Amino acid sequence: MSDLASRYSVGIDLGTTHCVLSYLDLEKAAADPALEPELTIMPITQMTQPGVIEEKSQLPSFMYMAHESELNEADFALPWAARPNALVGSIARNLGAKTPIRLVSSAKSWLCHSGVDRRADFLPIGSADEVAKVSPLKATVEYLDHLRCAWENQFSQYPLAQQDVTITIPASFDPAARELTAEAAKLVGFKNVTLLEEPLAALYNWIHACGKTWRDKVSLGDIILVVDIGGGTTDLSLVAVTEEQGNLTLNRVAVGDHILLGGDNMDLALAYRVKAKLAEQGKELQAWQIQGITQACRDAKEQLLLDNDVQTVPISVPGRGSKMLGNTLRTELTREEVREALVEGFFPKVEITDHPRTARRGALTQKGLPYAQDPAVPRHLAAFLSKQVDAASDVINAAPETDGHFDPLAQGFDAPSMVDFIKPTAIMFNGGVLKSPMLENRMLSIINQWLTEAGAQPARLLSEVDLDLAVATGASYFGYVRQGQGVRIRGGLASTYYVGIESSMPAIPGMEIPLEALCIAPFGMEEGTQTTASAAEFGLVVGEPVRFRFFRSNTRRHDEAGLQLDHWQDDELQELPELQATLSVATGRVKGDVVLVQLMATVTEVGTLKLEAISANITDSNDEAQRWQIEFDVRD
Amino acid sequence: MNLSLATFPTSIDMLHVGLAILILLFMALFFKKQRSSSDHKLGMQKQDVSSQASVKTQSKPVQLKESSPDAALQLLALLQQEARLIDFTQEDLSAYSDADVGAAARVVHEGSKKALNAYFTFAAIRSEDEESRITLPQGFNAAEVRLTGNVVGEAPFTGTLIHKGWKVTEVTLPKLTEGHDTLLVAPAEVEL
Repeated sequence: MSDLASRYSVGIDLGTTHCVLSYLDLEKAAADPALEPELTIMPITQMTQPGVIEEKSQLPSFMYMAHESELNEADFALPWAARPNALVGSIARNLGAKTPIRLVSSAKSWLCHSGVDRRADFLPIGSADEVAKVSPLKATVEYLDHLRCAWENQFSQYPLAQQDVTITIPASFDPAARELTAEAAKLVGFKNVTLLEEPLAALYNWIHACGKTWRDKVSLGDIILVVDIGGGTTDLSLVAVTEEQGNLTLNRVAVGDHILLGGDNMDLALAYRVKAKLAEQGKELQAWQIQGITQACRDAKEQLLLDNDVQTVPISVPGRGSKMLGNTLRTELTREEVREALVEGFFPKVEITDHPRTARRGALTQKGLPYAQDPAVPRHLAAFLSKQVDAASDVINAAPETDGHFDPLAQGFDAPSMVDFIKPTAIMFNGGVLKSPMLENRMLSIINQWLTEAGAQPARLLSEVDLDLAVATGASYFGYVRQGQGVRIRGGLASTYYVGIESSMPAIPGMEIPLEALCIAPFGMEEGTQTTASAAEFGLVVGEPVRFRFFRSNTRRHDEAGLQLDHWQDDELQELPELQATLSVATGRVKGDVVLVQLMATVTEVGTLKLEAISANITDSNDEAQRWQIEFDVRD
Repeated sequence: MNLSLATFPTSIDMLHVGLAILILLFMALFFKKQRSSSDHKLGMQKQDVSSQASVKTQSKPVQLKESSPDAALQLLALLQQEARLIDFTQEDLSAYSDADVGAAARVVHEGSKKALNAYFTFAAIRSEDEESRITLPQGFNAAEVRLTGNVVGEAPFTGTLIHKGWKVTEVTLPKLTEGHDTLLVAPAEVEL
């Protein structure tokens, strides 16, 4: 094993809009363990214009399906390939700005969209049939493969496939999206892959940046809220600081729902505001002008969101022809407009009891991304904190204020009357949006107002250094932590998973058959562990696909595997897309036979959930019980 | 990076155009120097030493190097792409109002600032305030500091710093593929 040991720990932030790669030299770190290891961001070689190659710290997560007449052979090359199989990165974004029908974007959001077949080639969505299509999975493979090539261009002796690679994913990714991300990594050839939740990566980066002093900055009983607002998604996590054998340890105790709301929505909101203003003046804009305005607003926003005296920033979008003068569209963006559109629009001051206005749309009803309908980030946060009110009560029950006789029942009765949301004591922000001090301050003041009104101490800010790169650097540091260095944040499954079992009872017209939920994977189940096969047995038909209803809960954290629920509150269990298993016909059986199986869950070392059906009475030639894999991604 | 362009009033005259062209010329010259030296960092110093040496031994003819125009063309393409510099300089401004010129100049200014800052790192040669009195010791670098006006006597020289000077401390120009035609600084565009 040791001769195969990887030289580098590589962290890949596989973002909705950008990818970043960071690495840590494990050999160097091992040579001097006393020293804090150095984390480096690799400049990613990529095409930026036809025939132009540049190195940039971020690889835009876009793919362009070029027409054969669009580019000259000579202009279409990368250092590692005279004819690369895909155009990804800056070039894709630049070409796609003018030809959106050929641009693949937000592949990551599609990867987490259960309403579509994520292995089917349908991106760019809505384009003519003539445009070549790829699947969200394939696009992800291409981004990873570009990173692999860029890496090997620089470190030819150390193929990326052989290194320890940590890929970050939103904490809210469901089991199917995790599985697909791991599959993409496998398709690129990565041998040692681990998945890490983005908010945790940000926290690891913070721990690394603090060095040995991180233990002085948090204390036992602290609850850290990580708010990560990236280009496409908002991700929320809670981490509790506990003690184990006298050492401070970190436990990720809750993660939020998958919220498709990020910086891109904010840029669009500004652009449409400017468009409306111009429309009032009688100017109708064309699509390319709106695009230009969006770009200009993105730059202007950065200036106007700083704590400075700039009141207005002019916006000019030149005409497309070579005649610039007289064709330049002029307007301006004022501080007040940015404040109204972004600060009040996306970060309104709301009460803790104020939750997102509309239920999220059913993901299965449409072929489009299920964007969050309520753009107010604080309302999503309020809903999360309220829902997770008890998230830390298991791990922080030894907190100093409780006396020796800890009584879970007493706690359970007292808690709802005293508190109605979990009170974070420290906050960490991550993601490009929160780089703006104005938005960061607004977010912090809203949370602290909730805390003060509830009689709690205001939370303090744990500050990150570079919100754009923190996730990647944190991920490469995680690879080092996995080798037994530094502090590891305990996570495991952030939800409890159930399969639905229809009760066997005579059908009654007008009454739905009662459904019971069998817990198959408990909350907090750690990587590399598995549950014992459930006692409940299912009769499954051999040789035909069988489907299960699948549920998860991120509030019921005490259900053990095998527990059968016959009733629950409506919002406790969330239905996920169906599961499917096809039981191959085993020896001595014929198609259509019914076999008895039990369900067993494993959380792999990679960080994905695996479900298997195990035959209760069939054994194979080695006398092992026969097993069948259960698929998360049901293909219709 | 504060390019003094930013402080000019919004109504623009030919000064902006002149400044932009000057920047371009400066860059083109700079690349000529860069190209002739294998080492980026030492490039300037080596050049200085050789120019001082050539003053002392003027009798010997100096071999001039012909530089490839690729780098200059590449920069032109970048400035056109980001700042529409070629479009701007190729137009006749006389028919347009100051407001029109101003709107276009914003595009040129924003864009060239973005392009220059992306590929060059600038530093002032002298850190003192302009219009303050400074003293140049013996053996100062004549390529870095230009003496003007009443230039008499011996070093150390004391005078007023008129312009603090600029030097490029780092260049990271994009690389080009083998067959890329640098003469095509902006392709024609046809929308289907």
